[in-house]
Parts: sequence; C-alpha cells; structure tokens
Amino acid sequence: MSAAAHSDAVLQVEHLSMRFGGLVAVNDLSFQAREGEITALIGPNGAGKTTVFNCITGFYKPSQGRIALRHGTPEAWADLDALTQSDSRFRRGADGALFLLERMPDYQVTQKARVARTFQNIRMFPGMTVLENLMVAQHNALMLASGFSLLGLFGIASYRRAEEGAIDKARYWLERTALLDRADDPAGDLPYGAQRRLEIARAMCTDPVLLCLDEPAAGLNARESAELNELLRAIRAEHGTSILLIEHDMTVVMEISDHVIVLDYGEKISDGTPREVRDDQKVVAAYLGVEDDEVEEVEAEVGL
Amino acid sequence: MATEASTDAAPAPTEPSAVARSLKDAVLAGLLALGLFLPLIGFQTVTNMRNELVLETRWPLLATIVATIIAGRFVYTLFVYPWLAARAVRPASLRYRLDTKTDEKRITWKTWATLLAAGFVAAYPAMVMVIGGGQGALKWIDNFGIQILIYVMLGWGLNIVVGLAGLLDLGYVAFYAVGAYSYALLAKTFGFSFWLLLPLAGILASFWGLLLGFPVLRLRGDYLAIVTLAFGEIIRMVLINWVPVTNGYAGISGIPRPTFFGLPFNASDEGFAAYFGLEFSPIHRTIFLYYVILALALLTAYVTVRLRRLPVGRAWEALREDEIACRSLGINTTNTKLTAFAIGAMFGGFAGAFFAARQGFISPESFTFMESAIIVAIVVLGGMGSQIGVAIAAVVMIGGTEIMRDLDFLKAIFGSGFDPTQYRMLLFGLAMVLIMIWRPRGLIATRSPSVFLKTRKEVSGSLVREGHG
Repeated sequence: MSAAAHSDAVLQVEHLSMRFGGLVAVNDLSFQAREGEITALIGPNGAGKTTVFNCITGFYKPSQGRIALRHGTPEAWADLDALTQSDSRFRRGADGALFLLERMPDYQVTQKARVARTFQNIRMFPGMTVLENLMVAQHNALMLASGFSLLGLFGIASYRRAEEGAIDKARYWLERTALLDRADDPAGDLPYGAQRRLEIARAMCTDPVLLCLDEPAAGLNARESAELNELLRAIRAEHGTSILLIEHDMTVVMEISDHVIVLDYGEKISDGTPREVRDDQKVVAAYLGVEDDEVEEVEAEVGL
Repeated sequence: MATEASTDAAPAPTEPSAVARSLKDAVLAGLLALGLFLPLIGFQTVTNMRNELVLETRWPLLATIVATIIAGRFVYTLFVYPWLAARAVRPASLRYRLDTKTDEKRITWKTWATLLAAGFVAAYPAMVMVIGGGQGALKWIDNFGIQILIYVMLGWGLNIVVGLAGLLDLGYVAFYAVGAYSYALLAKTFGFSFWLLLPLAGILASFWGLLLGFPVLRLRGDYLAIVTLAFGEIIRMVLINWVPVTNGYAGISGIPRPTFFGLPFNASDEGFAAYFGLEFSPIHRTIFLYYVILALALLTAYVTVRLRRLPVGRAWEALREDEIACRSLGINTTNTKLTAFAIGAMFGGFAGAFFAARQGFISPESFTFMESAIIVAIVVLGGMGSQIGVAIAAVVMIGGTEIMRDLDFLKAIFGSGFDPTQYRMLLFGLAMVLIMIWRPRGLIATRSPSVFLKTRKEVSGSLVREGHG
C-alpha cells in the first residue's frame, strides 16, 4: 500500500487472523483507526472484539496479519514495507516512528509504541491507593529518572523532581476524572463507576498515542456514561489521543464515535460513520441474529 | 447471658442449667482427650539397663492434661463462649468506632514506640551486661540478640520476595546457605577478610537468586512454591554430596572469625582487648557481632523502605496486586520478578556470610527446609509486607524458642524427664493456628501507602492481595 492510502491513519490493521486451535476468533480483519478520532469496535457477544484488542496490545500473538502504528507525521508510513521486510519491531525516522505491534511483547506495546488499554473486567491494584495506581502507570519514566533504582536509592535530587512531576501529572488526571478527593484511598474501596474512571486515568498516565478502551461504559448508569462521553471527548480534543473502543452501549457509540467498525463471527461486516452503520442491514441482522433476507420479516415482527 | 438466652427461648422447667450443660460438655471433652492421649502420652517405651524396650506408663502426666482440658473446656463453655457470643451481636459502631483521633496523635505514639525500640536494641548488650554480667550476658546476647536479629534480617529479606512481590518462595534458606558457604570457602581458601567477602557473598547469593528466578518466571502460586522448595533442597543436596569442596555432612570448621577492622578478638598482644587496654573476654567479639548483625538488619530495612518508594518497589507491589494490569502499563514483569528474587537473595546471602563468621562452623544441617519454613512463617505471622510485623514475629518465634530452653521450673511440675524444647514445634503450630484465627492477615495487616497527596491513610489488609506467583 502506498503512503497516501494510510494518510491520516494512526493504527493500521491488515489481514488480522487469530485462531485458537480449530476456532477462528478473528478472520482476515482489516481496518484503520484515524488520528485524533474515536473509533468504535462493536459487534454481538463473541464477535471477537476483545481478541482484536488483545492482538493490538500484544497480549495475544496473532496467527496472521500486520498491525502497524505510527507516531509523528503521516509521512512515517512510507517506511512500512521496509520495516516489514526487516526483522526489527520498530523504526524511528525524521518524520516519526513506525511500530509493528504483532512483533512486540505486551509491555513493549505500552512502553515503546505507547498504546494504553483498559480491561473489560476492571484490573486495578486494589490494595494500593488511587495515587499509587497512577504512579505505577508512570513506571518506565520514573525508572529511568531513578537511574534504575541505583540513584533513587540515594535520594538524588533529579529523581525527586521527576517524582514530583509524576505526582503532578497524576493529580491532573485525578482532577479530570473527578477522583482527586479519593486520591489517598485504596483503589479497591472505590465504587464501580469510579474504578472505571481510575482505569482510564491510569491508562492516560502512560502518555498514550492510542488509547484502547474495552467496554468503558459497562455497568455505568446514564449520568455516569454521559460523564464518560465528556471525558473521552476532552481526551481527544485536548490531548490529541486517538481512541479505539469496544462498546455495547449504543448511545455512547453513536454519540461520541467518529468511525464505527462492526464485527460478527470474527469478520468485519460494516465500516463507516455511526449513521451509515446504524442503517446497514447486515448490522441489524447480526444484532438480531438472523440471516440478511429475513431481516424485514423480523423487523416487522418486533415492530421496528 | 447464656442462661438468660436459654431461659427466654425455652422456658420449660426440664432445661438443664448452664453449669450442668457446661459440666457435661467438659466431661465429654475430657473423655475425648483421654481416648486421644492415652496411647500418645499415657504410654511410653523406654530402653532399660539391659537394652530392652519396656513399656512405661505416665498416668500423672495424662491425668494433668485431661484435667486441664476438662477445666479449660468448662470455663470456655460457661464464660468465654457466652461472652464472645454477646460481643458478636453488639452493634458494629461500638466495636469499630469511627476513628476520630487525629493522625498526628497516632504518629507521635508511633514515633515514641520506634524511638523506644531503637534505644532498647542499641543498648541491649550494655543492659544485659549490667543485669546478667559475664557468662550470663554472653548467652543473652548470643542466643537472643544475635539469633533473633539473624532471623529478623532473613525475614526482612524474604519479605521483599513474598510480602512485596507476592512470590511465595519456600527455598529461601538456599541463599542463606550460598552466603554461608561462599564466606566459609573463600575465607578459608584465599584468606579474604569478612568485610570483603560480605558483599561478595551477597552478590553470589543474588546470582543464585537470578538463576532460580529464570525457570520459575512463568509459574504461579502452588507451582512456584513447589519449585522454590525443590531449589532449596537441591542446594542442600549439592552441599551434602559435593564432598571435595563442601566436605559433605561433616561441614566446614575453622572458618576465620571476623576481626575488629583488622584487630582479632583473641588474647594475643595484637588483639582487640590488648589494643584498647581491656582484659580479654570472649564477650567483646559477641558484642561486636551483635552490632554487625544489627547494622546489617537495619541496612536491609532501610533499603527495603527506600525501594518501596522507588518505581521498582511500586512495581513489585503492583505485580502482587495484578500482573496483567502491570504488563498493560508497560512494566517488564520479567525484570521486576528477577530483581525481587535477586535483592531478596542478596540479603539472605549477607545473613549467611554473617552466620558462618559467627559460628565458625557450618554444615548442611543448618540449612534444612525447616529453616525456610520458619522464615516464611515469620513473614506470614508478621503480616506480609510489614517490616515491624516481621520483626515482632521473629522476636516472638525465635525468642520464644530460646526461652523454652530456660524454663527449668516446668520440670518441677511435669517431672524431671520433661524437656520444654521438645514442645517447641507444638507451640509453633499453636501460635500459627491462633494467628490464623484472630489475625488472618498477620500481626500487622495494614499496608502503608508509598506516596500520598494529603494524608497517609493505611490500606486495610482485606484489600491487599497476597499475590499469586
């Protein structure tokens, strides 16, 4: 593919397949997530959405396919084929950098390619305070500042400054997620909605280029999901972070996403703006669980 | 209270009184105890003068035990149980009053306790000298002071691996052994000094820590525990069987003793006593060793406290809480686990080198699985991750064992054949069971956060995870 074809894409997934033994969870999936946009990945239960997430974030090694991410300007895409030919996992150039995520182990996807993620069933550090959770997220930056612990052990001034900077950043995200009052409380004590926000704040503390959210609105009430929409819009607008999200809550998807991809049985069945996707017969059929030609019949039956 | 409850519930006149019920219960318990202890305690086989095995009976001891059980059960069912039941139904607000005490008040209390403890530990040899004098002091400093501090240090070292990183290591004694043999062999072969070999022993032990770390990286929970246990045994087996180097079961004797920065502790003219114009006494070395191990233990504590506030320490704790979340935040969990193993092992190695220098003789006997179990027990009883809890647990467990050697008055009660040290493991187990009942998360179950914005609030132990390997 030429550089122009990728243009404003930040994440480029091509021919991604993931097989578990005989089960094909994702089959030849290709899509793009554009820079500064909110891309939603939707589909019925078991469609393979979380599997795609796990492939992108390095938790699974895809059976096939290329997952490329760029930093910097779109010109960086020019190196894609050269990078694919080589054995390396990423390449940094004058225009930015290019990463082949399928070649990287999970922690490097976050550390080097700066892709952050949250989990469907919240994973925080319940026995650590909210602030500590956000400090752990800045591990790599602080590790460097502490001279891999050696300088930090002697309380060197530059490490203390770095730590204060990290606390400031944590404080900023606590403010944004309305968790500042609970900063010194254990994360396990937070109510469910606050835990969801904490996970997002923690992911943002890693300074991501791409933020992957796995069902961020699950279990939230109407007011909380409206607040979540606000937060995600603000992240996109103020930090330029591109967002990729899996979501079942259609009000969230329709309201905030710029671009929707629909999966069913591991295959892409629709790709477009929220409006286009909503009117797509295939999508309706997938959600109702019927064949395409029976859609009208069923719609009439359920009164759509 | 139980009487009231029962008469309220069943006003029938046939209801037996609380005393009668307790009595019946106690007699039943006594019968059960009699059945159980008759073969265990009532009979004893001894070898007589003609080298024959004869059966002897121990009726008085059996009777004492059964009577104690009956009395205890009676008191328990009549008084303790109703009291506990009443306590359980009291409103929660009375038991757990909202903590209105200011943080500062508690902090001053803590500061005073810390200062007091530090003063006591620092002045301990002098205090014992004044009270016991001469020979008595030697025993108290060596058996209590040094012995306890070795275990405090081992507990703190293992605490990094088990308490912070949440990796259950049942073979910690292996690193203790590596440290001890490193010192013994290098000091005997090359004549290097204690102060040179101390860091070297630490480095060698942490190298073995890394070596253990690699194969167990993927293991979790029970599997990790089994492999670390096996690792400890492998090291011991090597020490036993590699006779040309380690001298096998016979062990290594004549290990050079540490000097006071070049001054040996002996009666010679170049010795420590002669140099300072003192009369020679073996207690000088003991006191010196006491302060060496105290400094080593404090070093362990200091490094651990500092590391907890550094990114690596936070990563250890995060690893204990949720490994997958760690990886999603860009933390290299492999390196994090390996550093935990290596640093924990390093302190084990320091303690081992000290142990060899103090004893002057080491053999594989000192590095059995039992030692690992004791160290793990200290960490678990103390409260995983808590420095003070571990120190208290070490004092109680090791000090308790040592004290049992001195309880001669018990012989007056149980007969001259009674050896209190034999009941050590029994009490050890009993302490474990009691702790598990009352403080399932250890003596000090709360976790102190490593960083805070406004107030440092202790994290309740029920939220802190134990790690899964």
